[in-house]
Amino acid sequence: MARMAGRRALFAVPVLGVVTFGVFAVAAASPFDPVKAYAGTAGLTASQENLDQLRANLGVDQPLTARWWNWLTAALRGDFGDSSVMRQPVADVIGERIGWSVLLAATAFAVAILLGTGLGVLAARRPGGWLDRCVSSAAYTLEAAPAFWLGLLAIWFFALKLDVLPAGGLTDAASDTVTFGQVASHLVLPAAVLGISQLPWFFLYVRQGVADALDEDPVRGARARGLRERTVLLGHGLRSGMLPMLTLIGSRVPELITGALLVETVFSWPGIAAATVEAATSVDFALLAALTVLATAAVLLGNLLSDLLYGLADPRVGFDG
Amino acid sequence: MTARSVRGAVATTLAAVLSISAAACSNPESPGGGSGSGSADSAVVGIAYEPDSLSPLLGYGKDGNSKIFDGLLALDGAMTLRPALATALPEISDDGLTYTYRLRKGVTFSDGKPFGAKDVVFTYRTILDERTNNASRTELDAVKTVEAVGDDSVVFTLKYPYAPFAQRTVLPIAPEHIAGEQDVNTGAFTTHPIGTGPYLLTKWSKGEKLSFKANPGYWGGAPKIKKFTMAIIKDDDVRATRLRSGDLDGAILPPNLAKGFKGEGRKTYAATTYDYRTVTLPTHNKVAGDTAVRRALDVAVDRQAMVDSILNGEGRPAYGPVPTDSEWFTGGTERRHDLAAAQQILDVAGWKPGKDGIRTKDGVRAAFPLWYLTGDKLRQEHALAYASDAKKAGIDITAEAGTWEVIEPRMKQDAVLAGGGSPADPDFDQYTLLKSSLAGDGFNNMARYDNKAVDTALEAGRRSGDKAARKAAYDTVQRELVKNPGYTFLTHIDHLYVVDDRFGPLTTQVEPHDHGLASGPWWNVEKWNPGGTEK
Repeated sequence: MARMAGRRALFAVPVLGVVTFGVFAVAAASPFDPVKAYAGTAGLTASQENLDQLRANLGVDQPLTARWWNWLTAALRGDFGDSSVMRQPVADVIGERIGWSVLLAATAFAVAILLGTGLGVLAARRPGGWLDRCVSSAAYTLEAAPAFWLGLLAIWFFALKLDVLPAGGLTDAASDTVTFGQVASHLVLPAAVLGISQLPWFFLYVRQGVADALDEDPVRGARARGLRERTVLLGHGLRSGMLPMLTLIGSRVPELITGALLVETVFSWPGIAAATVEAATSVDFALLAALTVLATAAVLLGNLLSDLLYGLADPRVGFDG
Repeated sequence: MTARSVRGAVATTLAAVLSISAAACSNPESPGGGSGSGSADSAVVGIAYEPDSLSPLLGYGKDGNSKIFDGLLALDGAMTLRPALATALPEISDDGLTYTYRLRKGVTFSDGKPFGAKDVVFTYRTILDERTNNASRTELDAVKTVEAVGDDSVVFTLKYPYAPFAQRTVLPIAPEHIAGEQDVNTGAFTTHPIGTGPYLLTKWSKGEKLSFKANPGYWGGAPKIKKFTMAIIKDDDVRATRLRSGDLDGAILPPNLAKGFKGEGRKTYAATTYDYRTVTLPTHNKVAGDTAVRRALDVAVDRQAMVDSILNGEGRPAYGPVPTDSEWFTGGTERRHDLAAAQQILDVAGWKPGKDGIRTKDGVRAAFPLWYLTGDKLRQEHALAYASDAKKAGIDITAEAGTWEVIEPRMKQDAVLAGGGSPADPDFDQYTLLKSSLAGDGFNNMARYDNKAVDTALEAGRRSGDKAARKAAYDTVQRELVKNPGYTFLTHIDHLYVVDDRFGPLTTQVEPHDHGLASGPWWNVEKWNPGGTEK
C-alpha cells in the first residue's frame, strides 16, 4: 500500500512538469494579452510607451521556455512568484481562498457520496419500486442540469420565495467576523447545489452495483442461511456494490472542481474560482501554473484515494499488482 | 481525502444542517433574518466589480474619492475642486509651470503616524518611477519634478503648461513609512492599505466583499455611518436578487433590473455621466474616412430613439465627448435626426445608390465593418441600431463581435463601438481622443482623427490658464466636429442605483465611464446622516 503511494508520487513529478509546461504553452498561444489584462480600463488611455514599460516590468516579453524554467526553478525553491493580476504573491492569493473552496468541495462531496450511497442502496432493494423510479428519474434529470442553473434556482426558491437561507457570500454582507454559525448557514445552499449536481453519478453506480450483487450466489447463499436482511444488504450487497463507486470517487474530482467554479461564482463564495477565471483570462502565468498544479494534484490524489479504498474494501484486489 | 478529513467533512455537514434550522427560525444576530445591515449606522451596498489592488501607487482611486485615502484636492458634488490634504487650491505661477500646495497640519494616517510633505513626494515619485507597474502613469505626463519645501508644502514643476493639472492631484496619498518599505507592485500594502481617509479597511474577503469602518480620527470629522460594506456581486441578476432579499441596502443595476424596484421602500438614483458610446470612423478607411459619409452618418443616426429604446430613457443623446448638460458643451452643435439631409449630403458628394440600395462612388461600395466588444449587450444594441440607421441612408455597416485582442489590430481600418468619458476636465477626453499626434498610440485617437484646427484648439485648451480662453478653444473643437466628425457620438449613459429609503435623500456625482468603487449615491457616504439628510 505504501509502495503504491510512493510509486504514484514518483510518477506525479513528470506529470506535473508536463502539465505546467502545457499551461505556459497554451497561455502563450492564447490571444489574450497579459499587459492589456493587467492595465484594465486604464490601458485604454495609456500611452504605448507606458504599455511597453509594463510589458518589460511584468517579464512577459521573454520567450516561453525561459519563463517556464524560471517559474519552475523558483517554485521548486518554494517561491511561486507574484500574481500580476491580483498584485500579490501567488502563495497569498491561494492561501486566502483555497480553504473556503476545500470546505465547499469537501462538504458537497460528502453530501453526494452519503446521499448517493444511501439512496442507491434503498433503490437497489426493490428495483422498479416507487422509490427507485422516483429517484432514478430525478437522477437522470439532475445529470443534465448545469450546476449554475441549479444554483440560481436554489437562490430563487430558498432565499427569495421562502427567505430561509442566505443568497450568497460567506457571511451576512453586513457581518465583519467569520463565525461558525454564519459560515455554516451560508454553506448550505452552495454545498447542497454542488453536492446534488454530483449525486446522480454515485446514486446510479451504487444502485446498479448493489442490485447486481443482490442477484449473485453469495447473497442467495447468505439469504438461504437465514441471515438478517440488513446484514445481507450492507454486508454483502453494499460491500461488493461499492467497488465501482470507489473508482468513481477519483474520476469525479475534476468534475467537482469545475462544478465548484460555477457554484462559487453564483453564490459569491470567496473561494479560488474567481481567481482561476481571472488568472486564465489575464494570462497570469504564475498564478495559472500554481492553480493547475493544485488541480492536477487533486486529480492524482483522488485517483490514488479511490484505488486505496478499493484495495481496502476488497482485499482480493491488490495494490497496483 | 483521508478518513480524518472525511469525518471532518461529515461533521461540518451535520453542523451546517443543525445551524440552518436555528438560523431559519430566529436569528437575533442579523435583524430581519439576514436583511442587510438593518441598523441605522451601517450600510451594505452591492457593486459589480472588484478592484485588483487598493494601492494608489498602482492606480487605485486616481480620480479621487477613494474612501480609504485622500488626495491633495477633492471633487465636490458639482465636480468643483476643493482642498483636502492641501489647505487651499494650489498657487500657480504666471507661466503655468509651477504648482505649490500648502499641506493641512495635524493629519495622521490610520496607523497614527503623521502625514507630511514627504508622503506626497513619495507617492508622486513612485508613480512616475517606471519600475512601478502603474498603467495610468501617462496621466501625470506633464510632471517634471515634485519637491518638498519644508514639512508642509510641495512644489510641482511641469514640463509644459497644463491647465487641468490641479484636477490630477485628487489622486490618493500613500504613507511612505509603510509603502516605501516593501515591493510596490506586490507588497502587502496593495491589499492592506493605510490612508488618511474617512474609512479604514477592516477586511477584504477577495471575491466576496470589502468591509470598512469609520475612521474615528478623520480630519474631516468622524462619519456617522460607522460600518460600510461593499459586497462584490458580478452577476446583475444575483445582485438584484440579493437586494430584493434584503441582504443589501443598495446596489448598482442595469436599467431593466432597476425598473423592478419602483416603490418598495427604495429609491432609484440615476447618476448623470460623461460615459459615452461612440463609433470610431477611421480616417484610413475609404468609406468612413470620407467627410461626406461621416457627416451623413452624423445626421442619419437617431440618437433619441437609442436613448428611449436601448437605455429605457436613462441617458441623453451625445454629440461629442462633452454631455449636453455640461458647462463645457457648445450650444447649437446638437444634430437633429434628419435622414433626408443625410441622403442629400451623400448625393451631392457623388455617392449614388446602387441596385441593392447601397451607395457606391468610383467603384467603392459604401460598406464597412463595425466591431463591438463580445458580451457587452449595451454596445451590441448600440452597434445594431447604428447599422440599421446607416442602412436607411444607403450605407452598409456590418456589426461584428470580438474581444479587444481581435479588435485592436483592425482599429486602423474598421469602425469600433467604443466607450469612454472622464468628467473632471474637458482636456482629459478630448486630447487623447482627437489629437493627431496620438493617432494609433495604444487606444488613443482610435479613429486616427487628423484636423489641424482641432489640434491647435486642443493645445490652446490645455495650456491656457484662463477659463474663458479654454471655453473658446473647446467651442472650436466641438464646432469642428460638426464639420468633420471623426466619430459618431451616440449616447451618454446614466448609471442607475437602487438604495434603501432609510438613508434619506442622497445625491450622486457626475460619473466617469469607469465604475469606480465609490461611485453612486455612496460617493459621499462619510457625510450620510442616517435617518435624516446629508449634513
